[in-house]
Amino acid sequence: MQILITGIFLGGVYAIIAVGLSLQYGVSRIMNLAVGEMLVAGAFAAFWFSTAQSLNPYLSLLVVIPVAFCANWLIYRYLLLPLVRRAKTRGQLEVDSILVTFGLSFTLVGIFLWAFGGQFFNYSFLSVPVEIFDSRYGQNRVLAFAIAFVVCAALWIWLNHTRSGLSMRAISVDTRAASLVAIDVEKSSNFAFALGGAIAATGGMVLSTFLTFDASIGIVFTLKALVIVIMGGVGDIRGAIVAALVLGITETVVARLIDPGLTLAAAYVLFLLILLFRPQGLFGRAQT
Amino acid sequence: MKLTRTDVWRGVAILAVFFVLAWLPAVPGADGWLSIVVPITMYTVLATSWAIFSGPTHYVSLATAAFFGVGSYTLALGLESVPYPLLLLMAAVLGGVLAAFVGWATLRLSGVYFVIFTLGLAELIRQVFTWYQNNMGGSRGSYVFTDFTDAHIYWQLLALALLVYLVGWLINRSRLGFAIRIIGGDESVAKHSGINVAWSKIVLFMVSGSVAAVVGAILAPRFVYIEPAMAFNPQLSFMVVIMALLGGTQRLWGPLMGAIPFALVWEIIASNFPAQTTLLMGLAFLLVVFYIPNGISGVLLRWYHQARARQGVSHE
Repeated sequence: MQILITGIFLGGVYAIIAVGLSLQYGVSRIMNLAVGEMLVAGAFAAFWFSTAQSLNPYLSLLVVIPVAFCANWLIYRYLLLPLVRRAKTRGQLEVDSILVTFGLSFTLVGIFLWAFGGQFFNYSFLSVPVEIFDSRYGQNRVLAFAIAFVVCAALWIWLNHTRSGLSMRAISVDTRAASLVAIDVEKSSNFAFALGGAIAATGGMVLSTFLTFDASIGIVFTLKALVIVIMGGVGDIRGAIVAALVLGITETVVARLIDPGLTLAAAYVLFLLILLFRPQGLFGRAQT
Repeated sequence: MKLTRTDVWRGVAILAVFFVLAWLPAVPGADGWLSIVVPITMYTVLATSWAIFSGPTHYVSLATAAFFGVGSYTLALGLESVPYPLLLLMAAVLGGVLAAFVGWATLRLSGVYFVIFTLGLAELIRQVFTWYQNNMGGSRGSYVFTDFTDAHIYWQLLALALLVYLVGWLINRSRLGFAIRIIGGDESVAKHSGINVAWSKIVLFMVSGSVAAVVGAILAPRFVYIEPAMAFNPQLSFMVVIMALLGGTQRLWGPLMGAIPFALVWEIIASNFPAQTTLLMGLAFLLVVFYIPNGISGVLLRWYHQARARQGVSHE
């Protein structure tokens, strides 16, 4: 039971990152290999707020969200949009965007290393236990899960119950058809990418309240987020949330019962199972 | 297989170049700059073998470090009980098996799955290895004691380079090479003309993977002490991709054009800006992707064709 709840808490935070990436990949068609670095950027901001300024790390969200949004907006506008325009086919865009975001991720890691150094970082925030079902959990984890819930719920409502959300879903289904019904695809894609980046940075901020991180840890989270998005079905927020919870629980089980050093292996095993049995994702329909 | 006269001359010329290169360690005072020549040769072999698979298929493999590490560890763990040449063969086989596994899991589906799988592969194997050594093996690292000098390693790499070029050339001429070029052009066309798409890609990826593993095995004695974080360093995968792209993947000799200048520039950067290496590497990568999409060999080929065209005009 304790493992299950810890797993769900962890999965909630993974869900934040994964829905961010899902927006970027589903709507903007960019497989962003630098999403983990956005997360690390959020974590560093929270670290700085908490230690250097001795403020509540959650206050850093006031800065992290707008800055990450603008940074990702600029990245899409000036680095990725030229590729989208240059690409003749979807496959071409995929290769180009993989290469560019891969280069970008190394650039960002380089900046973090330069600015903060290569050591591990952590700080203590709200590490007071709270009792749920006769077991104790850190308050920071509970709060993180609450934030995750709010983010995912807000995104769900936006995508399914507003006009602008509807246009996002239209783009993710068919870009060309969307532009035929007077949706500004470039503008909406840019917005989706920026929002996805801001969400990922929020996830990083939240994650840093209970996890030790370093400058080059981003790639691990990129991989986990990608596995979740593939598992949930591309562009499917509901699928991503369920997949994130599955990964969170699986990882916690592996960490508690086998070895904490094998969490990535757990993600790979899930990935392999998905590839072999449901490559279209948990809720995806098979392509005809 | 028929060889034209040009093929024969080209082969003789390449052999002559390799023969001359093999004498490099005999040059007086060579010990100093062999420490630059060995990495250049290593990166040339890795980038060329990378391009043999990723060039025609456009599947970006980010897993070179995984194969390299597997090769290094094969040598480190087997050195005391197995004869050296057999270990190189074992590294090749293990690299091929790993590539076959990755290919079997992902290459039957679209390219995205392949990229994701290779992205974390080095990290995954590192984790599993560390876990295994912590729980079963005792110590984390292994010592590799041999009496090889840089010159010995250099000769082995040179021989491997020759082999890679030969294999690459043979593949280009074979049915497999033809099939892979069609797959790269349009996968559904390839399927409809009866090509076993998945199988062709997996075989090619196995070639690429076993070469990287053998390079890892050859290089292991140079490190003397091997630990997982070093053998599975993701920076290696990154360097190989950037060199291959800088050189261009359209021709077999393309990656060579990228490995030589990049390794030299890298030497300068690493010694002058040790704190910013990762940052500069990322920026260099972005520049290459944006401004030299076809690589140096692509630029050279364009100039060559332009010059030919201009000559043609002036003759008339």
